[in-house]
Amino acid sequence: MRMIGGKALVQALEDAGVDVVFGYPGGVALPIFDALYDSTSVRSILPRHEQGATHMADGYARVMGRPAAVIVTSGPGATNTVTGIANAYMDSIPMVVFSAQVATPVIGTDAFQESDITGITVPITKHNYLVKDPAELPEVIAEAFHIASTGRPGPVLVDVPADVSKAEITYKWPAAVNLPGYKPTYRGHARQIKQAAQMIAKARKPLLYAGGGVLASGAWAELKELAELMQIPVAATLMGKGAFPEDHHLFLGMPGMHGPKFVNYALTETDLLIAVGVRFDDRVTGKLSSFASRAKVIHIDIDPAEIGKNKPVDVPIVGDAKLVLAAIVSELRKTASEPRTEAWMRVVDDWRARYPLHYQHSGDIVMPQFVVERVRELTKDRPTVIATEVGQNQMWSCQYTRIREPRTWVSSGGLGTMGFGLPAAIGAQVGRPEHLVVDIAGDGSIQMNSQEMATASIEKLPVKVVVLNNGFLGMVRQWQELFYEHRYASSVLAQDCPDFVKLGEAYGWHGERVTCPDDLDGALGRAFDHDGPAIVDCRVSGEENVYPMVAPGGSIDEMLGGIPGGPVSEMLDGELLTEVWE
Amino acid sequence: MAQHTLSVLVENKPGVLTRVTSLFARRGFNIDSLAVGVTEDPTLSRITIVVGGDDTPIEQVTKQLHKLINVIKIQDLDAGSMVDRELVLFKVSAPPDRRHEIIEIANVFRTKIVDVGKNSVTIEATGAADKLEAMEDLLRAYGIKELARTGKIALSRGLREGPA
Ligand SMILES: Cc1ncc(C[n+]2csc(CCOP(=O)(O)OP(=O)(O)O)c2C)c(N)n1
Ligand SMILES: [Mg+2]
Repeated sequence: MRMIGGKALVQALEDAGVDVVFGYPGGVALPIFDALYDSTSVRSILPRHEQGATHMADGYARVMGRPAAVIVTSGPGATNTVTGIANAYMDSIPMVVFSAQVATPVIGTDAFQESDITGITVPITKHNYLVKDPAELPEVIAEAFHIASTGRPGPVLVDVPADVSKAEITYKWPAAVNLPGYKPTYRGHARQIKQAAQMIAKARKPLLYAGGGVLASGAWAELKELAELMQIPVAATLMGKGAFPEDHHLFLGMPGMHGPKFVNYALTETDLLIAVGVRFDDRVTGKLSSFASRAKVIHIDIDPAEIGKNKPVDVPIVGDAKLVLAAIVSELRKTASEPRTEAWMRVVDDWRARYPLHYQHSGDIVMPQFVVERVRELTKDRPTVIATEVGQNQMWSCQYTRIREPRTWVSSGGLGTMGFGLPAAIGAQVGRPEHLVVDIAGDGSIQMNSQEMATASIEKLPVKVVVLNNGFLGMVRQWQELFYEHRYASSVLAQDCPDFVKLGEAYGWHGERVTCPDDLDGALGRAFDHDGPAIVDCRVSGEENVYPMVAPGGSIDEMLGGIPGGPVSEMLDGELLTEVWE
Repeated sequence: MAQHTLSVLVENKPGVLTRVTSLFARRGFNIDSLAVGVTEDPTLSRITIVVGGDDTPIEQVTKQLHKLINVIKIQDLDAGSMVDRELVLFKVSAPPDRRHEIIEIANVFRTKIVDVGKNSVTIEATGAADKLEAMEDLLRAYGIKELARTGKIALSRGLREGPA
C-alpha cells in the first residue's frame, strides 16, 4: 500500500500492537500527528511535558509488560525525553520513542530545532536509529519494537526527519526481523542448570535474591515454585517488588541500604545466594567484599554482561529467568530433592522477630511511615498499583507496602528520578483502568512533574497522589543531618508552598489536607473512593529519618538506626547456629 | 592485564564506530589503537581495537561490545594466533649531508622512501609493533618532525580455519 511516512509510522504502530501513544507535537512532527488523528486503535494522550510522556510510557510498560510509544518533536521535544529514556534504560523497561527530526538535507547545519538526538541517546538507549531512507521505515519500526521488548528490555529511539515522514512509500509490515548481531540467549546451559540444582539441593542456608528480571521475564510463578519447593527465603530488590508475594512467610524484604536488618543479616550469613534477574547494584551490596561473603553464588540473568560484573559468580547461567527457574525446578523434582532449610528459617524468623522495621508512633503528628501503612491497609482488598517518587517517600514505600501482585509496583530504581511517580502512575492507570493507582510522593518530587495533573484530569485517569509533605528534600536533609553536621544546604522546602490542595483544585482534582493522624483514614478513603484524581497533602513529621541505614560504602550488616543490634556474627543464636552448620 | 587485540566485525552502517567508541568512553575502558575499514563483504566492517592497561577488564569489554546491536562477531586475538600489522609514516629531518644515512636505515628495515623534501625524508614502514618501535628509536636521533600511524590491523592465522 502507498502512503506517506507519517501514515506508515502510525500503521506500523498498529501492526506492532501498540495501543497507546504519549505524544507532544511540534513543527516537524506534524505529518505523524496528522496521521495519528485518524487512528482508531491507538489512543493518543497529550502529556504536558515530554518528560512526562516518557515516564507515562514507562509506567505503562511496568504494569503491562509491553511497550507503549512516545512521539515528540525535534530539538527541545527530543531533548526533553532524555531523562525518561535514561530512566527506562537503567531499569530495563521497554519503550519506543519517536523523535521528529529536521529534514535530511539540513541535518548537520544547526537548523531550527535541530538536535543530534541519536548522538545524545547512544549511551542511554538499547539501540537507536536515524531513518534516512523512507522505504526503511516499516522495517526499522519492527526492529525497534523487537529490540525494545526482547532479551533484556530497554528503550529504543527512532529519529524521523520531516522529509521522511512526508515521503510516499510502499508500506509492508515485515513478517520477521533480521538482526544478525542480536540473538539473546533464552535457554540456560543444561550443565549449569544441573549444577545449580545440585547446589540448591545441598544448601543449608540458601537465599533467593530476586530483581526486576523476574518481572521482565514473567517468572514469578516459577520463582514461587522454587522457593516453596525448597523452602528458600526470598529477598526482593526495589525493582523486584511484586516478583514474590510480600505477604508470604518466605518473603523477607528488600536487601541493602534501607532494607530491614534481618534481610541484610540473612544476606551476610547465607551459604548459597541464588541471584535472579539482579545486577548487584551498589545500593544493595554496600561494601562488595563483605556482601554475601560466605556464599557460593548462582547468578541467572539474560544479560551476560551483568554476570560477574560486580561480584564473582560460581555458577553463571545466561538465560531467561522463567525458563531457567522452570528447568531448575524440574531438575530438583527429578532428583526428589527435599528442603533442608528448617533450621535456617528458624534463624531467619528469629532475626525477623528481633529486628523488625520500627518507627516512633505518634498520636499528634502524622508519621510518614504511618501514612504508607494506612495506604497499605486501606487498599488491601482492592487491586492496587503503587507508584512512588524518589527520596524518603520511596524508601518508606519499599519498607511498608506489601505488594502481592506482580507488575503493580512502579518506582524508579537505577536512575532514582524525582518526578517519575505521577506521570508513571498516569501511564499505569492507562494500562490498568480497573486498578486503584496511588502515587506515594514527596513534596519535592511531586513538583518536578506536577503539570501532568492536567493530563490526569483531561484524560479521566483517576490517579491518587499521597504527598508525604515533610517540608524538606527529605533524603538529602537526612544525609546532611548524618554526614554534614545538620547543615541543610538547599534542602529546605516549605510545607505550605505550594498549597497542594489548592493546586489540586486548580487542576480539577479532589484535594484534602491531613494534619492529624486521626484524620488520615477518612481523607485517604475519600480520595480513593473519589471517581476522579485526588491529592492528599499529608503534613508529616519534618525531620524523620529512614532507618535502618547502611552508611554509604559500609557493609550491609552494619546498619545505623533501627532496633539496636550489632553485626551479624554477634547476633547469631548459638544453638541455632550449630544446628545450621551441623 | 596485558594488551588485547580485539577484532570486531560490525555492520557497515553510519554511526557504528561512534557506538563502539562511546561505549569504551562510557565504561572507562582505554583504547590504545583503533583501525577500521570495510571487509570482503561490503555490508561489514572490521574494527581492530587494541585495549590495554591493567584497569580494563577484557571480559566486560567484550560482553558490553556484544550487546551493541550492530556488532556481529568479536575475536580476542592473541599474539600466537594472529598476524598483525601497522603502517607508520615518519617524516624525518634530513639535511642533504645526512640523507644517505637515513636512506640506509630505511633499506635495512626494508621500508620505502615515499617523499624527499629539501630538509626531510618521509618513510613508509609496515610491520609488527617491535620492528616499528626499533625503527622509531633509530630515527629519533635524526629528529622525527611528524609521525602518523594507522593503528594496528590483525587477522587470525590460517591454521585457525576449518577444512576448506
Ligand atoms: C531529578 C532529581 N534531582 C535530584 C535528586 C536527588 N535527590 C534524591 S532524594 C531527593 C529529595 C527528595 O525530596 P522529596 O521529594 O520531598 O522526598 P522526601 O525525601 O522528602 O520524601 C533529592 C533532591 C534526584 N533523585 N532526582
Ligand atoms: Mg520531602
